[in-house]
Amino acid sequence: MSEFKHTHHAHCESGVISSMLTYHGFKISEPMVFGLSNALNFAYIPFVKIGGMPLVAYRSLPKSIVKNIKKNLKIQMKMETFSSQKKGEDRLDELLSEGKIVGAQGSMYWLEYVPDELSFHFNAHNFLIYGKEKENYLVSDPVFAEAVKCSKKSLTKSRFSKGAMAPKGLLYYPESIPKEIDLKPIIIKNVRKLSKNMLSPFVPIAGINGIKRLARAILKLKLRDKKYAKLFLGNIVRMQEEIGTGGAGFRFMYASFLQEASELFEDDKVLSEASKLMLEVGDEYREFALVIAKSIKSKKDIDFKVISDMLLAIAKNETKIYKKLLEFKA
Amino acid sequence: MRKENVPQDESSTYAKMKKTIYAKDSDGKMQGISSSGWEVEETVTRQALDDIQEHIKEAFLEVKEGRKSTLYYYMYAKKMDLLLLSQATGFFKWTIKKDFKPNHFLNIKQDRLEVYCDVLGLEIDEIRSLPNE
Repeated sequence: MSEFKHTHHAHCESGVISSMLTYHGFKISEPMVFGLSNALNFAYIPFVKIGGMPLVAYRSLPKSIVKNIKKNLKIQMKMETFSSQKKGEDRLDELLSEGKIVGAQGSMYWLEYVPDELSFHFNAHNFLIYGKEKENYLVSDPVFAEAVKCSKKSLTKSRFSKGAMAPKGLLYYPESIPKEIDLKPIIIKNVRKLSKNMLSPFVPIAGINGIKRLARAILKLKLRDKKYAKLFLGNIVRMQEEIGTGGAGFRFMYASFLQEASELFEDDKVLSEASKLMLEVGDEYREFALVIAKSIKSKKDIDFKVISDMLLAIAKNETKIYKKLLEFKA
Repeated sequence: MRKENVPQDESSTYAKMKKTIYAKDSDGKMQGISSSGWEVEETVTRQALDDIQEHIKEAFLEVKEGRKSTLYYYMYAKKMDLLLLSQATGFFKWTIKKDFKPNHFLNIKQDRLEVYCDVLGLEIDEIRSLPNE
């Protein structure tokens, strides 16, 4: 086995899988992992609160990337959780002494190498542990430019953090990866599946419907006090940019996936066109974020109609992409 | 987004770190580009951090003036809120609210206190007093 090399990715979960599979000899980019695991989405769930703000998400549920990659690529991925901290610590040491690199889930907040500005209570952060040096663990955290070190105390606290999505010490590593993986059928299946999901008229809070619903909620902010309205808008942009999405709430990353997929299909026109459109929609999301940031800083009244209309235009243009992708036939 | 337009705003909220943004080069080929920050993102992160600081400050005063227990202060100081604290401890929100009363908090059971210390990352002798500001 070659020596492990840390790579800086955009997102934690897709980054871990990309680094892990590449290390095991199956070279795969982060956008490809993201696309093959069907991770793009949009959700606005007003009744689920995070930090007092309604949940806004630009991707599928945490852990779904690991689960879907495992299923779609037929990788035997061993996933272990632990009933006690001691067992979880010992098992990690055991796996490392066998020379394995191990994926782990933990809370961002308790990881000592995360600067205060970036640390918040999020239990579904993913990172790789690839060795031990005296009492410190060698950690490859995909959203960090360089590999880092972490003490046992901090790592255990993070892995056994309590509350929603508690990691329970989760460790994961591949036991076997198929020798030959034909990506084409997996791409076809998942691009169709994603497009149908995003266009689904049955789910009011997810996909395109979720985007429109959020646009309507923004209009209603004029009835709320200014501070709440600003925090609400700021929260949208944080979910879109701050949490490590590769820009524009994973839209840039998905555009990159579509481009790579198009190349695999001898420059398929539908996929390359959809990639360009997704990149444009991404730019619109960035513009949307810019207008929000300006109105947060401004002392003037916020024009909610302008912001809401921008999001509705995004919903319209994003719809076109998924309709286009449904035309894709290999 | 084009590669050359990937913002390099050296945002204070990045704490000297970098993030990867996907962008296209002049041939239209997409790749991950390192970004040192974006002013837009800095605005919203700063807004959220300021909001937390405001809560901590208010909580500090309330505890100092004897209206709330130290637990109330540490909840905010550790970037939590009532919902998060309830999820992490497994205690009902209304029972936690009772523990926000200074006199009530002085007499809570040791095992309950230990649970609070565990999820807040505090020692038993720390949780009962305010830090020297």
